[in-house]
Amino acid sequence: MNIVLLWTDMLVWILVIVVAIWGLFISRSSQVQKQWHTVFKSSIAMASAIVLLFYLLFTLLDSVHMHFTANATASNGQTVQYKAETVSLLDLIFVHNLKSTERTYSAPFATHEYSKSVIVDDKGVTRQGYLPLRYVSKKGNLVEKSLFAVLVGLFISSLIILLHLFWQSSGNFKSVFLKNWKAQSVLPWRTAYLTIIFLVVLLTWLYMLSFDYHVLGTDKVGGDVLYQSFKSIRTGVLIGILTTLIMLPVAVLLGVSAGLFGGWVDDAIQYLYTTLSSIPGVLLIAAGVLSMQVMMDAHPSWFETTLERSDLRLLFLIMILGITSWTGLCRMLRAETLRISQMEFVTAAKAFGVGNLMIILRHIVPNLMHIILISVVLDFSGLVLAEAVLSYVGVGVDPTMYSWGNMINQARLEMARDPMVWWSLFSAFVFMFILVLAANLLSDRIQTVLDPRNK
Amino acid sequence: MFVYIIRRVLYAIPILIGVNLITFMLFFMVNSPDDMARAQLGAKQITPAMICSWKVEKGYDKPLFINHHAKGMAMVTDTLFVQESLKLFRFDFGFSDANRDIGSDIKERMWPSLAIALPTFLIALITNISLALLLVLFRGSVLDTGMMVIAVMIMSISGLFYIIAGQVIFSKIWHWVPISGYEEGWSSIKFIILPVMIGVFAGMGAGVRWYRSIFLEQINQDYVRTARAKGVSEIKVLFRHVFRNGMLPILTGVVVIIPSLFMGSLVMESFFGIPGLGSYTIDAINAQDFAIVKAMVFLGSVLYIVGLILTDISYTLFDPRVKL
Repeated sequence: MNIVLLWTDMLVWILVIVVAIWGLFISRSSQVQKQWHTVFKSSIAMASAIVLLFYLLFTLLDSVHMHFTANATASNGQTVQYKAETVSLLDLIFVHNLKSTERTYSAPFATHEYSKSVIVDDKGVTRQGYLPLRYVSKKGNLVEKSLFAVLVGLFISSLIILLHLFWQSSGNFKSVFLKNWKAQSVLPWRTAYLTIIFLVVLLTWLYMLSFDYHVLGTDKVGGDVLYQSFKSIRTGVLIGILTTLIMLPVAVLLGVSAGLFGGWVDDAIQYLYTTLSSIPGVLLIAAGVLSMQVMMDAHPSWFETTLERSDLRLLFLIMILGITSWTGLCRMLRAETLRISQMEFVTAAKAFGVGNLMIILRHIVPNLMHIILISVVLDFSGLVLAEAVLSYVGVGVDPTMYSWGNMINQARLEMARDPMVWWSLFSAFVFMFILVLAANLLSDRIQTVLDPRNK
Repeated sequence: MFVYIIRRVLYAIPILIGVNLITFMLFFMVNSPDDMARAQLGAKQITPAMICSWKVEKGYDKPLFINHHAKGMAMVTDTLFVQESLKLFRFDFGFSDANRDIGSDIKERMWPSLAIALPTFLIALITNISLALLLVLFRGSVLDTGMMVIAVMIMSISGLFYIIAGQVIFSKIWHWVPISGYEEGWSSIKFIILPVMIGVFAGMGAGVRWYRSIFLEQINQDYVRTARAKGVSEIKVLFRHVFRNGMLPILTGVVVIIPSLFMGSLVMESFFGIPGLGSYTIDAINAQDFAIVKAMVFLGSVLYIVGLILTDISYTLFDPRVKL
């Protein structure tokens, strides 16, 4: 077994490290601490943040890829190494779903296939009927299994909560517990605990039942929809986060220098972003993705496996999305820099002979942080939704990659069927809705707290 | 005023050249004239001579940016980039891969797009502004909070969901309207009513929130307090002062998209089988037809820039403080 580092995996982990370091760095400032305290005082923000954390957890689990090599002895006695497929940690958790591929559609919790097929029974009579699913166990009943799963879920979630209480209390455990429970704590820990209990119970229920059933049904080629929905989390979250972050340095650099230096620098940068933003976004993305496809077809040596190809395509898509989305942020940063650079403290710093670089780092960038942060969280939900539309248009992620857009796109073709094949659509929309709703609620809160105009 | 408009139009030219440069680089760097010739000729045995003659015939035999064989100005002008750009500036879009005249296709497909986009735009504008005014009137009440929660919910659901759910409920189960299609003239109403309603609803969350925040910003201003102190009723304050002053920021956001309505909506049109520019673009993307995509990119940018100019002009008309 060895670890495979895909391009996007690398970016995700770099991002995690950078955010962790940055978090440590700024958490020393009491002002920043106070601000975040205010953000999480709202129970909606707390609950949304926990939901987002769970999505992030799945993204990270799905961002550790490895492949196993299987040894086999060939006919002439030599040991041949077969390269098995690259799998992620999430695949290992759902390995039973990977193997249990049915023949075709089946509804959630169904025991039989969705469409009739020809069956030949023992007496040799041919008739039309529903074939039973191969990987659905007939033992035990659903209610008992659900109850057991809920109990396990409650146990796990109470373990998490106890751990947190111990970490928080350092000694007088009971008083901290009561304070949290009666909602007298500074931060709404009770809401946090309830969210955790709900999510953990839901996830254990889904997971434990996925051994015996196809909880959300199967798709056209018999793949498990629950597994696909979980795999799609990584695609959605990556597009949401990496797109803004990959272009952030460019937007900050250009925005700040346009606002600070003025003159021809300002003109050139303004020209650049006006030009880019005057092209309709979807068309620019489509044009970029089409060119990228041609380029990738011309260079098959860039990638070895389909996984690497779809990963490279995701990376290009993120870059193209980034190119189209940095202009708005750049415009805002330019205006704000212009405003800040006229203020007395910058004039004073200039009068003391402080260099341009120091002025930017010490005085300007810290005052732009709230704009950057708000735009990162605001763009996130829009980008997650955009992925679905782009995949529908045909310029989204690779068709072999699991994504909500691809799930919707495939299921859309089956709308005319009667009864409807609704479960793929339903799962994709629900998974997407929860993520986007949580992101929207949290970003609303962050915006209200951090935006100085809302004082 | 006239001079100002001329100046703005002249200012648009370098931007359009920039747009051309971007699309030109995107397409010609990866899709060289040789590839285009091969795709167009389509014959099994393609000789280099055939490619050469095709390139000469279509004018693709020139160098990309700088012609070293030419003298003086012709060094820059007698190149593929300048020739192609000049064609676009004359709105001569050339022919698609299927050998159809793109310009006449666009003229034909513009109207169905507009038939969807214009009613969506107008109805959305009116409903969103009225709802926002209503919420501002009852600000802080249960109605306000409840509607804001609903607005966030509406915003968080993918637009594709509204389309699919609408088609299933209104066309498949209730059979109120046909599921997709289009006809010329007034009989097209039964085809456009569902996409228009879905478009209005899908944009409602973000729209109402935006208008509401604009009106709320106005309602905290000093002149509103003065008006109230004079004894002006709350309704009058809302319509006389808040609404009229809120129109200025609304103009910035709204006028700029009016010309772009011609472009139609990619997703809506292809779901409902409307033969507009949106579905035209999607078909071109799926067929990898670079000529059409390039034409649409150029057209989209022109319309956007027209929108920007219109915004500035509308400002001078509606805001007495702006003088030219």
